[in-house]
Amino acid sequence: MSPMKVFGHPMLTNVARVMLFLEEVGAEYELVPVDYLAGEHKRPQHLQLNPFGLMPGFQDGDLVLFESRAIAKYVIRKYGTADLDLLGENSGIVESAMVDVWTEVEAQQYYPAIAPAVFECIINPSIMRTAPTNQTVVDESLERLRGVLGIYEARLEKSRYLAGDNVSFADLNHIPFTFYFMTTPYASLFDEYPKVKAWWESLMARPAVQRVCKNMPTKF
Amino acid sequence: MAPVKVFGSAAFTNVARVLVCLEEVGVDYEIVDIDFHVKEHKSPEHLARNPFGQVPAFQDGDLMLFQSRAISRYVLSKYRTDEVNLLREGSPEESALVDVWLDVEALQYDPAMSSVFFQHRVVPALGGMPDEGIIGESVEKLTKVLDVYEARLTKHRYLAGDFLSLADLSHFPETYYFMEMPYAAVFDSYPRVREWLEDLFARPAIKKVVSLMAKDFSG
Repeated sequence: MSPMKVFGHPMLTNVARVMLFLEEVGAEYELVPVDYLAGEHKRPQHLQLNPFGLMPGFQDGDLVLFESRAIAKYVIRKYGTADLDLLGENSGIVESAMVDVWTEVEAQQYYPAIAPAVFECIINPSIMRTAPTNQTVVDESLERLRGVLGIYEARLEKSRYLAGDNVSFADLNHIPFTFYFMTTPYASLFDEYPKVKAWWESLMARPAVQRVCKNMPTKF
Repeated sequence: MAPVKVFGSAAFTNVARVLVCLEEVGVDYEIVDIDFHVKEHKSPEHLARNPFGQVPAFQDGDLMLFQSRAISRYVLSKYRTDEVNLLREGSPEESALVDVWLDVEALQYDPAMSSVFFQHRVVPALGGMPDEGIIGESVEKLTKVLDVYEARLTKHRYLAGDFLSLADLSHFPETYYFMEMPYAAVFDSYPRVREWLEDLFARPAIKKVVSLMAKDFSG
């Protein structure tokens, strides 16, 4: 049985997201490089895998998937074990609903707040090399992020992790963009939210997270 | 058994998304309006339901949820029947495809449409001038998304496959409002997408929610 394939570069946030969950469940996979600086992701071969010309692409036998959070859920459901119940699906509908809630929060509230700063400071100038930093966008992003972190701080006063007392898909989805945010001069923002900071540090301490973050540069 | 509660008026796209799921599974529900004019969405009572001060929030017995796609998943899972299996639970491949196209809706389709709606309808209502540049960019993004949808729907009846799923239903609220704007003409070039939308809008569950949205929006 051939291993799963992930198409992209391990330092790209959404590629790292998929690799993180592959590492967490300990599944075998192959990383197939895509020369995005040469525009390979916009060419027909990659478009067969990801019709939006984005990364990652993903293949498990005949199954082709895209959208990193969808790929990650598939990996967890198919290759995960009962003791690592990242989606809460082995615990019951209430637990899985709470994981879904905070997974949506990451995608719909946290990501729009933190991503512009990461795109402006790191992705645009240094990874995709498309544009220099727009400071106004960064400032607006930080303002919005403060609001979100305030809500996270209150949540983490009440539960150890976002969806409850066990680590879940919701927590780990924060890794890729937050990792890069922490390499910017604005990382100290998290110091204002002690519960959030402690939560972040416990996620970063996970061996699977360490393995994936090794491929993500801290200096540009 | 007490009916489930949905907090927020049907006119909001994210509330409508939840309502269509409740209608599809045939579960009794009560809509509790949240009055934005008196800032009820920022009241302690509502923040306890939705810490982001948004709608919808949702209550089923002791369980309180927010984020419309999470609520939708809960409703479709808990109240699933043999006939109504809109998450395709039980099949890793099918449920993965539902997840893929629901994320496409959430992260690509919806933002392009809501950006146009915001400029065209909300900005003037707040006394401002629509930014035609933003509208133009968003419509451009939408056509790129629709190119992909047309190709996909040429191969399959619905987005995740030949079965209806939450991925399809989730598109209806934003599309409903978009079709009332002049930019709706962008859909003229996409015959399969139009057929797929007509199919969705013909569903009793969607017709019911549209009637609730229209009533609230004019009220």
